[in-house]
Amino acid sequence: MENVKCECGHVSPIGTVLCEACGNPIGKEIKDESSVIDMRYEGVARRSQTFNKTIVDKVWNFFASVKIAVYMIVIALLASVLGTVFPQEMYIPVLKPASVYYEEAYGLLGEIYYLLGFHNLYTSWWYVSLLLAIGISLVVCSIDRVVPLYKALNKQRVKHSTNFLVRQRLATTLPVTDNWEPQLGRVEELLKKRRYRIRREGDSLLAEKSRFSRWGPYINHIGLIIFLIGCLFRLIPGWYLDQYVWVRDGETKKVPETEYYVKSEGFSVEYYDKDEFVDDIGLEEGMQVIKTYRTKAVLYENVNEGLPGSEPKLEEVTRHDILVNHPLEYKDLQLFQSGQKPNSLAALNMSLVTEKTGEQIGTFKIDLFEPKDAYQINDQTRVEVLEYYPDFELNKEKKPSTKSSTPNNPAFILNVVSPEVPQGEKVWLFLGSYLPAPGVENIYGFNFAMPDLTNITGLMVRKDKSLPLIYFGCFISMIGLVMGFYWQHRRIWIQTEKDVIYLAGHTNKNWFGLKNEMESVMKKADIPVNLVDKEKGGKPS
Amino acid sequence: MKRSRTVIRAAILAVIFLGIAVAVYNAFIKDKTVVQVDHEAPDFVLPTLQGDQFQLSEQRGKGVVLNFWGTWCEPCKDEMPALEKVYQDFKDQGVTVIALNIGETDVSVKSFREQYDLTFPIVMDQKKEITQLYGIGPIPTTYFIDQHGIVKKIVIGGPMSEQSITDNVMLIKPE
Repeated sequence: MENVKCECGHVSPIGTVLCEACGNPIGKEIKDESSVIDMRYEGVARRSQTFNKTIVDKVWNFFASVKIAVYMIVIALLASVLGTVFPQEMYIPVLKPASVYYEEAYGLLGEIYYLLGFHNLYTSWWYVSLLLAIGISLVVCSIDRVVPLYKALNKQRVKHSTNFLVRQRLATTLPVTDNWEPQLGRVEELLKKRRYRIRREGDSLLAEKSRFSRWGPYINHIGLIIFLIGCLFRLIPGWYLDQYVWVRDGETKKVPETEYYVKSEGFSVEYYDKDEFVDDIGLEEGMQVIKTYRTKAVLYENVNEGLPGSEPKLEEVTRHDILVNHPLEYKDLQLFQSGQKPNSLAALNMSLVTEKTGEQIGTFKIDLFEPKDAYQINDQTRVEVLEYYPDFELNKEKKPSTKSSTPNNPAFILNVVSPEVPQGEKVWLFLGSYLPAPGVENIYGFNFAMPDLTNITGLMVRKDKSLPLIYFGCFISMIGLVMGFYWQHRRIWIQTEKDVIYLAGHTNKNWFGLKNEMESVMKKADIPVNLVDKEKGGKPS
Repeated sequence: MKRSRTVIRAAILAVIFLGIAVAVYNAFIKDKTVVQVDHEAPDFVLPTLQGDQFQLSEQRGKGVVLNFWGTWCEPCKDEMPALEKVYQDFKDQGVTVIALNIGETDVSVKSFREQYDLTFPIVMDQKKEITQLYGIGPIPTTYFIDQHGIVKKIVIGGPMSEQSITDNVMLIKPE
């Protein structure tokens, strides 16, 4: 393979379509035709289109292909769809290993789904590799195109081969007029007024404007690459944290995966008053609209980083009222208001009575999170807690058991010990009712007072050090889009050869606008022309 | 000119692939689970149901079967008799069973222990901090830790049969 020599004498590197010097079409396929020439990348030799010998070439060419990039994007999309067919592993609703769950819940299809690894699709090596390959493609496609394009535009000459000019999409020739010299000067003036940058060589002219618009797509890609790098940075240990913690009013809890502890000094819900609405929004009686969720939070740091499980030594570092969109922020840590369980059961307020007369013997309070072994009612009477099921249900064997460790439906087996019943009198205690052992007439009964309620707030725990970088990437990407969308790179060539004037124009979009601009400028210089867009209706691709 | 271009391209590709290799290694190949087989089990201290302090590292010299469980978990309950049997069989041979209860109250666990006649020590992780530290997912999860504090086997899910527990205990039984 050899370099290509043009009629003008310039030698262009192999793969060149339009001579680097004069623009003469020298590519094999288009040399002898008269159709409109393809101005993509100024007809320069792109590496990926030229060499395919070494491994570096082959890898480069693979990623430099937009076609392959499109295939990869389509595959990534289809895979993403596939991942939503069954729930991902982290959303399995029951505490079962994935190897068992998918087959049990979805049969053979579920088993196949699991075996192919779709239960962890979005973090599977091949899915992530695909995304990364798209990222590489983005970088390589850009470099493969922007470097030659930049060079070509930077060293373009004023004069071109006439072949280049007449084969432009907007092109015409006219005879040299009597006072062509001043008229060309007039055209130059008019174009300058329209913010064209003018280069002149004798009676040839190149007017160009908004070249920067051509860099828009590449700047957009740089933004996307910064964005991707930001996402990859999340993999660095300590850069990203996504956790959740439920805290009861007054409780101090460890913030997962950090050395911090958070205390809720009270969670509250505020509602809008009726008169706060400008219009009647059709609220029925008893309906309310939530105004704020608020957690009065205190953040502590554990300065006693001792053995896990040992008593933490807490030092307050900050306090903040957490509202929706107003997280508690300390260093990199953010705690967002994210969930609530208002009015959850906290303690039962009980009174022990005699079954027959209903006479009250004494009262006691059972803390549902820390029930005691026994409650002393008076000198002689004691209530023992034998069994506690915070979330009561009867299991498959019809035995009492608990569904979870949260007191949603607390049930107890109590034993009342008194001089009358020294062995004790057993009774089931449920929420609002009690049940003696079958066939036994109990001496004691219970009355239920209003139970203690507590609010539980759900806080989303976040750390994201790469967020500024991600936003920066988005910003750059946006600049690139605006550059590419709202400006057009326009060029107008006027060249005089003996007694013929060659007029040609090129833009990357809005050909109609360029055509009008050229016609209007020429008309004002008293050389009316009628241009025909040779590819009206868009460029065939 | 041509040579330098190839070098530049090779360099660009090398930088990209290197970055990605690091990312992929961090994300997938590097085992991020805190507790790994053939590594030391993280030490911790927790109260037992009796109210004593239990520290894992104080068990050096003994094999430890560390079982994470809760009374709401059916397979955990189902394997309790087998664990008790293995505890009885091996407690004189230098192997102990520690059942770590996840976030429940003393009362619930006490009554459970009585129902199932359990004699091995039960430690109470009321704040679930050790459960988080060990990165426990589905329960039961059982760690077989040898006399030097090294994890020899991790069993996730259950119930384990008495036979499979015994087989794993053989891995950690001191000579």
